[in-house]
Amino acid sequence: MILQSLDFEKPIVDLEDRLDQLRRADDGKDKNVREEAGKLEKKIAKLRKEIFSNLTRWQTTQLARHPNRPYMLDYVNLCFRNFLEIHGDRLFRDDPSIVGGFAELDSEKVMLIGQQKGRNTTEKISRNFGMAHPEGYRKALRLMKLAEKFRIPVITIIDTPGAFPGIGAEERGQSEAIARNLLEMAKLQVPIVVLVIGEGGSGGALALGIGDEILMMEYAIYSVISPEGCASILWRDTAQAETASEMMKITAQDLKKFGIVDRILPEPQGGAHRDHKAAADTVREALLESLASRKSLSVRKFLDRRYAKYREIGRIKKKAGGA
Amino acid sequence: MAIRLFRRKGEGERKIKTPEGMWIKCNACLETIYKPEVERNLNVCTKCNHHFRIPALERIRTVVDEGTFQEFGADLESVDMLVFTDTKKYTDRLKEAKKKTSRKEAVITGNARINGIDIVLGVLDFEFLGGSMGCVVGEKVAVAAEQALELRRPLIIFSASGGARMQEGTLSLMQMAKTSAALARLSDARLPYISVMTDPTTGGVAASFAMLGDIIISEPGALIGFAGPRVIEQTIKQKLPEGFQRAEFLLEHGMVDMILERTKLKPTLTQILRFLESPAGK
Ligand SMILES: [Zn+2]
Repeated sequence: MILQSLDFEKPIVDLEDRLDQLRRADDGKDKNVREEAGKLEKKIAKLRKEIFSNLTRWQTTQLARHPNRPYMLDYVNLCFRNFLEIHGDRLFRDDPSIVGGFAELDSEKVMLIGQQKGRNTTEKISRNFGMAHPEGYRKALRLMKLAEKFRIPVITIIDTPGAFPGIGAEERGQSEAIARNLLEMAKLQVPIVVLVIGEGGSGGALALGIGDEILMMEYAIYSVISPEGCASILWRDTAQAETASEMMKITAQDLKKFGIVDRILPEPQGGAHRDHKAAADTVREALLESLASRKSLSVRKFLDRRYAKYREIGRIKKKAGGA
Repeated sequence: MAIRLFRRKGEGERKIKTPEGMWIKCNACLETIYKPEVERNLNVCTKCNHHFRIPALERIRTVVDEGTFQEFGADLESVDMLVFTDTKKYTDRLKEAKKKTSRKEAVITGNARINGIDIVLGVLDFEFLGGSMGCVVGEKVAVAAEQALELRRPLIIFSASGGARMQEGTLSLMQMAKTSAALARLSDARLPYISVMTDPTTGGVAASFAMLGDIIISEPGALIGFAGPRVIEQTIKQKLPEGFQRAEFLLEHGMVDMILERTKLKPTLTQILRFLESPAGK
């Protein structure tokens, strides 16, 4: 995989490149080289901290969409064992933008369902850039009902620009498919853990996003509409996407504050794309914790909690005063 | 004299110029029609049967038994928690919408009766920020579902909405989850929920409570869909076929149960409610 870098990552990557050269030149005899390398390492760490502790929401958006970011199938390979993919909605076709099947997380059996964007051009096209059609959401629901029947907890992984806006999608009931998942997931009688790894794009993300605990990677985003879409509608100018991303407050930190996200999973220095393995280790542990914490709860109890969780999300005021 | 009376589906506001106050021009068939007659016809064109958009209060008047509507949740108002400004401040948009509609939000909810049958009713108001669903709309729809559950009454919701309200960010997206979760409970309690999709019902409203009815009804010609036609055209770089995303298109594709003309709405709702009524009230 060729490492690509975003504009704001460039100064870090340049220094890293210099460090690489130094290390290659280091034959172990020159003390100065080692000293220089040490200095450079410190400088890199400092610069990275500076940049990453002051990310704008637009920069976070770019990280969430980073071409080198670990995708659903990367986490499948790095965190889970014995993944057995199950295809199709048994109604129309198999939608490759959503992947699902049996998996094992340590010794835990889980039904794993998630969106896969596609790494190279061929995969991107076959997976429709992670934008599902109704049959994708219906496959997901079929697998969830299967999990419910055999009392297996569900883990969903979210990474999508949104549900696909197209003629076939509308003909086959994109809104119905999404709505149905929301209703069914709200009452699914097995625990559901949701993890947002990259882009949480609108209703297309939410259709896999109802659960008992919502985890979100540090540099993931989750929004009602893409910043570009919002800019195009409200400003009539897609160039305002950066402003729109600031306005909509779409980062993990924002959403934790609003009670939408329960836990933020810290990413490796410089973002998950810099170290897939480390990101996967964090994810694995967090998912195990989430599953363990649901284990002792009765079905009634976690369903009540799930209901209360969504029932409480939102800010309103009553005329009589007070928020 | 100019009367701004109706809005053509899918288009922006259009002023209808008329020679005299009693005559208006239908913007579907372009015929001049007699206003009192159109009003008596529940705001359906007497020449071409075009169903004009109607404000929520008028909808309630045309559907429920006179004097039976008792509103709840009227005191809930939106909060600008994101401090959102696009070309206008969200707070200003809210102020304008309130002034324009004399309502506090984009949905009206309450208890009512239809031909003597007790129901809980929700009606979205397209005049209020395009009927968009923010936290208040989500809350009121959820409360309506909970009220129906508690009183063991059927729920009817009329939708007219462009979707989720962007100015409330991801919180508005979550209202799709909230309303659907409340409907899940209603469904498990075997209480009927009838969704009526009027022009237009799109985005987050279509993709949540509007598409979850035990019975889904639509008005003729209503625009219904997940993505807006403009977004689809831009994505697939293709012209959309005639009639795409109209109620008739959805009926043909099996996505709505029936299309009812406005004048048939009340009698058919009554028939459905009576049919689904459980004998012992349980
Ligand atoms: Zn007409």
